[in-house]
Amino acid sequence: MTSFPEAARVALGDSQLRHNLRNATTTIRDKRARVVAEVPDWDELRDAGRAIKADVMSRLPDYLVQFEAAVEAAGGRVHWARDGAEAAAVVAGVARAHGADEVVKVKSLTTDEIELNERLAREGIHALETDFAELILQLDGDWPSHILVPAIHRNRSEIRDLFVRTIAQGRRLSDDPRELAETARLYLREKFLSAKVGLSGANFGVAETGTIVVVESEGNGRMCTTLPPVLVTILGIEKLVPAFGDLEVFLQLLPRSSTGERMNPYTSLWTGVTDGDGPQELHVVLLDNGRTRVLADEVGRQALHCIRCSACLNVCPVYTRTGGHAYGSVYPGPIGAILTPQLRGVENARSLPYASSLCGACYEVCPVRIDIPTVLLHLRAEAEKTVAERTAFRALARVFANPRLYERAQRLARLGDRPARHVPGPLARWTRTRELRPPAKETFREWWSRERGA
Amino acid sequence: MRVALLVTCLGDTMFPEAPRAAVTVLERLGHEVAFPRDQTCCGQLHLNGGYRDEAVALSRRLTGIFGGFEAIVSPSSSCVGAVREMNAEIAPRVFELSEFLVEQLGVEDVGAYFPHRVTYHPTCHSLRVARVGDAPLRLLGAVRGLELAPLPEATECCGFGGMFAVKNADTSTAMVADKCRAILETGAEVCTAVDGSCLMQIGGALGRQQTGVRTMHLAEILAS
Repeated sequence: MTSFPEAARVALGDSQLRHNLRNATTTIRDKRARVVAEVPDWDELRDAGRAIKADVMSRLPDYLVQFEAAVEAAGGRVHWARDGAEAAAVVAGVARAHGADEVVKVKSLTTDEIELNERLAREGIHALETDFAELILQLDGDWPSHILVPAIHRNRSEIRDLFVRTIAQGRRLSDDPRELAETARLYLREKFLSAKVGLSGANFGVAETGTIVVVESEGNGRMCTTLPPVLVTILGIEKLVPAFGDLEVFLQLLPRSSTGERMNPYTSLWTGVTDGDGPQELHVVLLDNGRTRVLADEVGRQALHCIRCSACLNVCPVYTRTGGHAYGSVYPGPIGAILTPQLRGVENARSLPYASSLCGACYEVCPVRIDIPTVLLHLRAEAEKTVAERTAFRALARVFANPRLYERAQRLARLGDRPARHVPGPLARWTRTRELRPPAKETFREWWSRERGA
Repeated sequence: MRVALLVTCLGDTMFPEAPRAAVTVLERLGHEVAFPRDQTCCGQLHLNGGYRDEAVALSRRLTGIFGGFEAIVSPSSSCVGAVREMNAEIAPRVFELSEFLVEQLGVEDVGAYFPHRVTYHPTCHSLRVARVGDAPLRLLGAVRGLELAPLPEATECCGFGGMFAVKNADTSTAMVADKCRAILETGAEVCTAVDGSCLMQIGGALGRQQTGVRTMHLAEILAS
């Protein structure tokens, strides 16, 4: 994949993107801060969220088996998928069995992670995105740049132009959000009513009851999970919570952290199949796709606690300037910088652990207290370095370990007495945009010796 | 009290005026300041760069060097944070200068006079790692002649981040550009902070743009 610094350079040069991102993230950020401040026991809720997730990770095999039994007891069928190919095969098999060449889809990061739409397309099955923003991206051949607001990098006039080209069917259209929504509604309603198979991800799965939970704002997700006679849900294995009562914690943490709402608008919960109501056939695919490897890492596994709220993206000084595409993954921003290298292997996303100034704003807002800076440092320590860098850092460590060598290096470091405008080597990347102060003419220790003797 | 100064490698080599000012302030308040000469780097550079073993080894050196002192004070919140992260033995005795003055000594007025319009940038590590709170602002509030101009979007990172400033130079530059814009909006002559490294980033950008705004470490203002 393209390295983060290279991809970021392109994004930083896009003034429309910078403007769209700044507007959107500032708005969500302020909303989140306001509604979080209203909750007197917010910190205790965060502690509870972290504790529940840590418990799930420590006993995941037990909870998964319990969940499987509960889903099947309620009339659902559970499939286990090691990776995207296995998960896609299950979905394709179900669609084929029902003669469906189109499935309607709830917004789902997990399915994006395994490129399910592309895999299904190769099998001749079209997966139609029904989330408003996901639909926009699908119509334009674009891909999400934010966990919660996938089209955050687009503004309404860009969307108006896209709709005129694609689904407006010759109707006149302004960039009024209501008109844009109505255009999508007319297009999608027909699809909801005619689809044979619905496809969803899940925010939570309850081990105790086999209940699946999808949290969304539009109601389009609920159309997909209730109208078609067959439903397939793909669930990352880390999404379990032990008991139904645990949802109380997460359904408070999630909406306030993500959209800045007090309560989530559409929270759909279903357990197996119900006679004469909703889909009569339910398939649940439990997806690993690298998660068990993450689980084996004591420091890194907390990345699996993520409930995909995206609060860390909206406060990140890097994300809010580069946008999500620079991260080369469906999981952008600070959480992406620790999740992607772990899911894919650090060797396949080397630059991501460095795509942070370690400012700590992400850790401060995370509703389940994922210590992202610590995991970033952990992944940096694991990442393979270039020979030149490793040699330089080791040499520097030897200098720092020996005060005599250190003092000699200080004397050598004095380049001149004026701010440097251009220096060669790696520091050229500093001086391209910033003056570089020269080392002081007299170090602190030289001053101390001169003034105080010793 | 006998206070040992953790001057930090950057403070020693690049901006000695900050630790020198710290000496002035502490002595003015009647404390004895020591400078253990064997100190070099706290290990933060290696920790953040992904060389944890080297970082921990450098941090462990500090145990012997600062062993006998009841208080270790540093003009850098990020180095204080690194010591707290890696050296549990001396961590309880290590303080960033402003937090030491306000929280430990209970002093806000250090007798400084600085008749200038100043804005304060709360660095990320002072806020979220060392957690010095509003100690720097309380100290600035007691400086005679000083006019404090609130910084818009103050808690936004300046884009330094150690290696980040070079490895991700473009993003780092975009961040400091916004920081400079906020500083200029305040109409301040001076931007101050408790971390010399962040001030190198901010000062480097303000200087390149010929803004005429200068950066000063908080200790320097307190010593004037």
